Amino acid sequence: MKIQEADAKSLLVDQGLPVPAWEVARTPAEARTAAERFLAAGADRVVVKAQVLVGGRGKAGGVKLAGSADEAERVAREILALTIKDLPVRKVLVAAAADIVKEFYLGAILDRASRRIVVMASSEGGVEIEEVARVDPGAIHRVEAHPLLGLPDWQARGLAFAIGLGGVHLRAFVSIAHGLVATMVADDADLVEVNPLAIVREPDGNGGAAEHLVCLDAKITLDDSALPRHPELEALRDLDSEDPADAEARAQGISFIRLDGSIGCMVNGAGLAMTTMDLVKRAGGEPANFLDIGGGARADKVAAAMRLILADPKVRAILVNIFGGITRGDEVARGLVEARSVQDRDVPMVVRIVGTNAEEAGRLLTEARFETAASLDQAAAKAVAAARAVEA
Amino acid sequence: MSILIGRDTRLVVHGVTGREGEFHTRQMVEYGTPVVAGMTPNKGGQTAVDGRVPVFDTIAEAVEREGANTSCIFVPAAGAPDSILEAVGAGIKMIFCITEGIPALDMLPVVEVVRQAGARLIGPNCPGATSPGRAKVGIIPGSIHRPGRVGVVSRSGTLTYEAVQAMTDAGIGQSTCLGIGGDPIIGTTFLDVLQLFAADPETDAIVLIGEIGGSAEEEAAAWAADHLQGVPMAAFIAGRTAPEGKRMGHAGAIISGGTGTAADKIAALEAAGIRVAGSPTEIPEILRAAGFREG
Repeated sequence: MKIQEADAKSLLVDQGLPVPAWEVARTPAEARTAAERFLAAGADRVVVKAQVLVGGRGKAGGVKLAGSADEAERVAREILALTIKDLPVRKVLVAAAADIVKEFYLGAILDRASRRIVVMASSEGGVEIEEVARVDPGAIHRVEAHPLLGLPDWQARGLAFAIGLGGVHLRAFVSIAHGLVATMVADDADLVEVNPLAIVREPDGNGGAAEHLVCLDAKITLDDSALPRHPELEALRDLDSEDPADAEARAQGISFIRLDGSIGCMVNGAGLAMTTMDLVKRAGGEPANFLDIGGGARADKVAAAMRLILADPKVRAILVNIFGGITRGDEVARGLVEARSVQDRDVPMVVRIVGTNAEEAGRLLTEARFETAASLDQAAAKAVAAARAVEA
Repeated sequence: MSILIGRDTRLVVHGVTGREGEFHTRQMVEYGTPVVAGMTPNKGGQTAVDGRVPVFDTIAEAVEREGANTSCIFVPAAGAPDSILEAVGAGIKMIFCITEGIPALDMLPVVEVVRQAGARLIGPNCPGATSPGRAKVGIIPGSIHRPGRVGVVSRSGTLTYEAVQAMTDAGIGQSTCLGIGGDPIIGTTFLDVLQLFAADPETDAIVLIGEIGGSAEEEAAAWAADHLQGVPMAAFIAGRTAPEGKRMGHAGAIISGGTGTAADKIAALEAAGIRVAGSPTEIPEILRAAGFREG
């Protein structure tokens, strides 16, 4: 699960990381009040940033500077009216505009290949790290945290020297690197990124200026499997960034992703669900969704899955593909018969059930006059033909 | 010899008295797997599966009393990492963790402890393994198999069944079928399994079933290009139509050196001379075209 910048910054602060103060505003007036506070505290300008879960906010006009409270209110109004990559902007983050001396990248991620937490750093900060990886992969330095001992100081120091952050900022960098790993562990994150990590110039209170290393932006992705033990993090879910159907699917324990096609898919198992989508495409159709009803699904879950699929008006045909193992084919067949008896929209359905209790399932389906298929390839072809017949 | 499990397997099932545990233990016993013990804390002295499987409080007792040498875990996610550590602590060297939904960070120290003990962990979030006609550990339906000489390794559950069924229907039997698990952090990778199959005198050909995410298929393909020339192989990759970015942020792909898409994986496999099936039903003909002959 992705969370918004402001929430990610809060999680960093919880681990003691240096993040300059910010406020979240939901209206232009709130943005104005926040800007007044930062300007009164000595800021020359404030930055107003859209809080949406997509990259490229700046290019989309979602990040703007303001030199006065009036201007902050105006740019906040503009940003709050934006829709960025289909997501409405409902909140903005307001903070004092930083006087940046130099920008870096620092990220901690869960690396599948090494089965370790990997900490990456680059002197190329403030730009998309994917772009750095493409253009100049040598500019990204990485170390692996030990799975039992964590990140040793010497490795963090090594990263600092590699990106030219020795000297006065060395200790701060080491502490921030530890903080990223601590954030991962505390919140079960699989990605914690600070981009940019920046040396900023701030007034020292004596008329001079001092330089500090601070986290200016934050991006955190949480491990969905760990959310049940972090109810406070579940509350950070951005419902705007997901389909309304997602919440229902989650409540039912169904994995569901809506797509653009016309053939609804109901499958048990993630790999088989993806394969079913692939074969629909291969047969000349477009899948309307990814849907995994999970192992051992019973009739009520099948009915819920059917509701999710039928809620999409683009669906012209439904393909049900069940390879029974833990899941019993007759249970699914009963669920399908029940679901069809109560649904208010009649959509052609092709059902293929094999494995555990498939014979009983076949009998039930034939009795209820479902279109069945012997193989997955055949089922996909029949579903595509049925969808075309509806469209014609 | 098949790999990982076989006639010498003496299995203990963690969580044998639970709903899933008991159901699948019964299936394993009926398939002929030597299930010598079950373990559920505080249920020591009871039996499971109609009195056929003695239950112990600890894995150490199952090892001591029944000579258990392989463990299969059906414990819920919150307790599964501890179950793996208990098996390691009892000296078990072959551990299958079927449990799904274990937080990924919980697995990092566990995988390291398993490695340091010289044990092997399959999974988590895996369907287990079958040595057709001999033994099965986990939840793969026994009925889909046919004994033979093709090794099957997969990240998936039901997709594996689909591919294996297609092979069996085409008259192609299997030496071992193994699901390594769909989680980001797993104990045994494609590469590990390819190495085991390469050294197995009963495996003549290999089927690899992957999916989007990570770079394990690419690593396996690179190794196969160098070490498995002349071994008939077929592959399948699920997720050609999957929308990007739904499973994993791009930073993960950066350090893995790829983007984790189906197209990348298919290109890597084909560059290694391994044909990738467009549907699981094409696997048998690809194996035969690659030179595989039964018997």
